[in-house]
Amino acid sequence: MLSNTGNFLLLINIFLSSLIIYSSFKCLKIKNNIIFKNIYQISLMQSTLVLMCFFTLIAAFVVSDFSLITVYQNSHSLKPLFYKISGTWGNHEGSLLLWVIILTIFSFLFLIFNRNHPKNYRLYTLIIQNFLILGFLFFIIFNSNPFSLISPIPKEGLGLNPILQDPALAIHPPLLYVGFVGSSIYFSAAMASMISNYSGRLFAQSIKSWVLISWAFQTLGILVGSIWAYYELGWGGFWFWDPVENASLLPWFAMTALLHSLLVLEKRNTLYFWTIILCLMTFTLSVTGTFLVRSGILNSVHTFANDPSRGIYILIFLSLMIFASIYFLFSKYKPTNDLINSNSKETFVLINNWFMMFYLVTVLLGTLYPIFTDAISNNKISVGPPFYNSVIIPVVIVFLFFMAIGPQAKWIKNKFSNLRSTLLILGGAIIINFAIVYFLKSYSLISNLILISSLFLIMSSIFDFFKKSRLSFPRIVSHLSFGFLILFIGLNHNFSVEKDFNLKLGEAKKIDDYEFALLDLKLSQENNYKAVVGKLEVNNSNTMKRRILYPEIRIYDNPQTLTYEASIETNFLGDHYLTMSNIDRSEYYNIKFQHKPLMIWIWISVLLLSFGGFLSLFKNAKNN
Amino acid sequence: MQKIIKSIIVFLFIFVLLVFYNSLNRETNYSTDYLVGNKLTNINLKSFDDNKIYTSEDIQKSRYTLINFWASWCAPCRIEHPYLMQLSKEKNLKILGVNFKDKKINASKFLNELGNPYYYMAKDTTGKQSVNFGIYGIPESILINNETIVLKKFVGPLNEQNLNDIKEIINSL
Repeated sequence: MLSNTGNFLLLINIFLSSLIIYSSFKCLKIKNNIIFKNIYQISLMQSTLVLMCFFTLIAAFVVSDFSLITVYQNSHSLKPLFYKISGTWGNHEGSLLLWVIILTIFSFLFLIFNRNHPKNYRLYTLIIQNFLILGFLFFIIFNSNPFSLISPIPKEGLGLNPILQDPALAIHPPLLYVGFVGSSIYFSAAMASMISNYSGRLFAQSIKSWVLISWAFQTLGILVGSIWAYYELGWGGFWFWDPVENASLLPWFAMTALLHSLLVLEKRNTLYFWTIILCLMTFTLSVTGTFLVRSGILNSVHTFANDPSRGIYILIFLSLMIFASIYFLFSKYKPTNDLINSNSKETFVLINNWFMMFYLVTVLLGTLYPIFTDAISNNKISVGPPFYNSVIIPVVIVFLFFMAIGPQAKWIKNKFSNLRSTLLILGGAIIINFAIVYFLKSYSLISNLILISSLFLIMSSIFDFFKKSRLSFPRIVSHLSFGFLILFIGLNHNFSVEKDFNLKLGEAKKIDDYEFALLDLKLSQENNYKAVVGKLEVNNSNTMKRRILYPEIRIYDNPQTLTYEASIETNFLGDHYLTMSNIDRSEYYNIKFQHKPLMIWIWISVLLLSFGGFLSLFKNAKNN
Repeated sequence: MQKIIKSIIVFLFIFVLLVFYNSLNRETNYSTDYLVGNKLTNINLKSFDDNKIYTSEDIQKSRYTLINFWASWCAPCRIEHPYLMQLSKEKNLKILGVNFKDKKINASKFLNELGNPYYYMAKDTTGKQSVNFGIYGIPESILINNETIVLKKFVGPLNEQNLNDIKEIINSL
């Protein structure tokens, strides 16, 4: 029943998308600036029906309708309701449906919120967006249908991967998809802009809000994924340069560059083609990321089952997108004579773009290089954190300085009138850095420079806040929080303590300033898993603080899986992080303890960074 | 000039997409299935007791060799041990035991307790040599013939079925 409803709704959506494309072409032939009313109506209907289709799938998960393969493979009748619902998008098929929802809703919203832009531009955007929607709908129906039936109907489902039963992970995909898939709308708009010759400042205004929405959500999505990895995977870090993490970072770099180049296009009417390239690049990178993750080329915690036919479909889709982009770009490209003064805000924005492209290329190379060596020379290699850290970190230092100075520059022609205050701030940053280093007794050249440059950015932003009008507030929030982010990462990295040792019940061990004792082990029976809970006492002889931490080893039934839950005590100064794992045929447990200073501030900084994006969005909406 | 740049861009994209296409059909989960049917070259294992090195020549002396990777700390190795003991009685087969990331004293204790099925005993204290055999966990066993061609690979502890398979192969001629 639910399967039929779902399939029926999917087919209707294919029909509606085709109808929108057809009506739009028809409407284009009429020479006036009015879009047919029925196009609005069909678009609204399309969004509503896609949502209904998604709710049908949610219903199937809620009532545990195991006649659907997707529900059977990813759910279980004993699973808590919340995770039954989040299981809807926690798998390949369901998440694709979420993709289509975002594609459709963004398409509809773009249509109604851009009434003051020319008809042709809006219609071409709609047409291209609907081609994307059609592509994904066909993909769903012919390859990854969440409503496929299984016979005979199994009595019980196979469960959801236990590490995915987590609130952070329930919201991680939707947030990330708004960012990822949201970028489709300015991909379509950029194509439409080239086709309808609608360029310049007005084009920039029409897509600015959409770039901001996707950027802010992408930032949040990355944040939530990172928090999840921190406390769920038990690795004790917040960024691992895992290829799939990188896949979400690549479009973020492109979006950030786009966000800045749009400013130039809006204010100075230059860099049009560069902005177009960034629009096209962002969504192309999003689809590339999806391809890499879903085709199974990359191995990671995102274990969507391997299925080469999926990969081939996305690859064909990706190729069509790329070659259509290239075709339009090459046929429409006109070399422009953008005269930009080397000392002006425009130049600083361009510098931001170069940095973003540098990061993008570095991460892209690091991610793709192993795939290429494997494909070409059969050589399996992996590119890990040392590569990224050594290439990216030194460049970040320079980047932060530019990020601090850039916003103070003036459009067209800048004069360095505030050199004295800049030097003063720099002096202040250096003094604070050495104070930190002196009190906390740790020294390395790079980390000093990181601290100085981030402090410089923070202080410049605060200085800006008191000097400038409220209008630049969103930018100040984002730049300030980025400064804080790098500062906290730097401090966290520099002053983290890590201890790795084995302990048995009743035993105590003293390592440097810490004393650890395994006081108790308890077996607890929860709803969908059993757990061995350790009670560990951690004494710090320096601060005379005594902590009790409760790490867990969880044994899930469906499917039978062992997971290690970290016990984390968080406060404003730092986290105490402890994981415990059993050692085969031994009464000892392996204990991994970490003290990570200022951890929570890293999360707060990213939250504020994204908040800056939302503020800017509201400001932009108010202005237009 | 512009045309050249444009062509380079197009070719670059085609190249990337082709590599992606090619990668689709590859097994990305680290798999060693490809080993079966291949010839093992570069066999170079240190003896467990002395400084002797076992090479392909040693293995070629026997009609069939089962290379078994084991350690005293590995619980499943205990489970498969009786099967290895049974196989050690086969006249067409010699077993080469590779002691994997283990301490010599523990390994000797293990064999004293459960018996020694190994005709040759080698060690791989760092676990690096075993990588050449496509080993990513123990126990694992590889059945090879006197041309050092891999006939079968067993991941995990050997069981009754594996035992019969091995017997069938080595007694087939």
